[in-house]
Amino acid sequence: MSASNQLYQEVILDHNRKPRNWGAVADANLRAEGHNPLCGDHIVLTLSVGAGRTVDAVGFEGDGCAICKASASMMTVAVKGRPVGEAEAMVRQFRDMATGKLDPERDDNLLGRLKVFSGVKDLPSRVKCAILPWHTLHAALNNDAVTSTEGDAA
Amino acid sequence: MKALDMSDTFDIDRVRADFPILSMRIGDRPLVYLDNAASAQMPQRVIDRMVHYQTREHSNIHRAVHYLSETATAQYEAARLKVQSFINAPSEREVIFTSGTTDGINLVMHGYGRKFIGTGDEIVVSAIEHHANIVPWQMLCEERGATLKVIPVNDAGELSFEAYLGLLGPKVKMVAITHVSNALGTVVPVRDYIEAAHASGIPVLVDGAQAAPHIPVDVQALGCDFYVFSGHKMCGPTGIGILYGKSEWLEKMQPFKGGGDMIASVSFEKTTYNTLPFKFEAGTPPIMAAIALGEALDYLRGIGLETIARREHELLAYATEGVSKIRGIRIIGTAERKAAVLSMVMDGIHPHDLGTLLNEDGVAIRTGHHCAQPVMTRYRIPATARASFAFYNTFDEVDALVASLERAKTVFGVD
Repeated sequence: MSASNQLYQEVILDHNRKPRNWGAVADANLRAEGHNPLCGDHIVLTLSVGAGRTVDAVGFEGDGCAICKASASMMTVAVKGRPVGEAEAMVRQFRDMATGKLDPERDDNLLGRLKVFSGVKDLPSRVKCAILPWHTLHAALNNDAVTSTEGDAA
Repeated sequence: MKALDMSDTFDIDRVRADFPILSMRIGDRPLVYLDNAASAQMPQRVIDRMVHYQTREHSNIHRAVHYLSETATAQYEAARLKVQSFINAPSEREVIFTSGTTDGINLVMHGYGRKFIGTGDEIVVSAIEHHANIVPWQMLCEERGATLKVIPVNDAGELSFEAYLGLLGPKVKMVAITHVSNALGTVVPVRDYIEAAHASGIPVLVDGAQAAPHIPVDVQALGCDFYVFSGHKMCGPTGIGILYGKSEWLEKMQPFKGGGDMIASVSFEKTTYNTLPFKFEAGTPPIMAAIALGEALDYLRGIGLETIARREHELLAYATEGVSKIRGIRIIGTAERKAAVLSMVMDGIHPHDLGTLLNEDGVAIRTGHHCAQPVMTRYRIPATARASFAFYNTFDEVDALVASLERAKTVFGVD
């Protein structure tokens, strides 16, 4: 079985077809845009983070491949309701998993169902697609309005 | 259609046997290499030629009097003559070795553009150019206060000749236009464009990166002032390319790079430049790559450019027919005259996902914007999936492409 057989699992295809948390959050106080110039992936992420430093609401819109869209959709589901610190930890863990530095079965992590993206590490040209939403989340949480996968070591 | 697979002179099995990489497997599937517009594969005799050069002939050229230097110089210059003959250039002095098409365009931008183009002047390019034939001219415009004018393209991917004629005003100092679009496959009737520019005394550069490997090119018949192309798209190695330029321009142009080999004499007061073509070949060139390109051109001529063009046209027609039957696919680039490039988008599947899924079946295509973002913008798409054919591809490989596209739809649950 080749690497991408493992990647295009039903859960990813389902999130691609029916993305969760699609659209902009009405009372968002954080927003960031992410671009992947290589393939034209583009997502806009809006968040509402309250005084308790918790992700109260999160939404995304944009155009992208199935890997990017499913990653964004599953990310919004995973970080909604979490403290910002945990969301940031997940950003690091997801990036490490996608680049093969973290083994989700062995190393401690909060990724849960996001483990389906571990196969992307065998497809270097697709790593950026999976990581883009997480990049954008990191940018939003740190008040960088625009981010890009270019220039990223991953 | 398949009956045409073997013409009198073309034995596909023998041709494929010339290319060791074509018998590779990707996982458990045979490689189906359909990314020839990005880079073509190399026949064994070109690989052997490089090995022979490095084992028996290598030294620096145009320098020493010893045996190896004389041999390397002779072979390097023999390669230049092969290129001259291949494109029917009037003189080998007009054949400059570059590192590739991009390098050639940059050379003309610096050597011609920075000398002859100034404030208020205009440069005409087309809407279907590769970034390599846009960005250098934009850089020049920014530096010199000149303006870039763009020939528009219709929905099929054909340029508007009428609009072009309208752009050819007195301020235009250069037309830089592609011969074959890498993203759409459109063959541009460049001869008409050159004639029209010359009627106003405007020089024309033709980007031949996608044309030179696939259709016979005669620079004298075209009449172009500059013609640029790359070795690796025509079964040669990377790192070598060609700039053909009319000597009347090359003589007047500034050298692009300064250094060794491009000088006649050097003192701290004054340097005199070398004669053509050496004036534009500063430093030690990629000697092995130039010689290997010469070998690749011999190989292509052995098959015959007319035969190659006919074969690729048959493959394109067969692929267009097969792909058109797949529901939800739209072919981007439907010009009447096309080279063997099939760009497509599929409803419900992003080109990048398509590329990854096809790779599972051993089918290698290119996905993305093909360094032609203005083309993607024109068709309001982020990217395409592009299959591009070479003479060594087979009709069975086209069938494999079509089957793999169908399978991608099944995986994604697209009707």
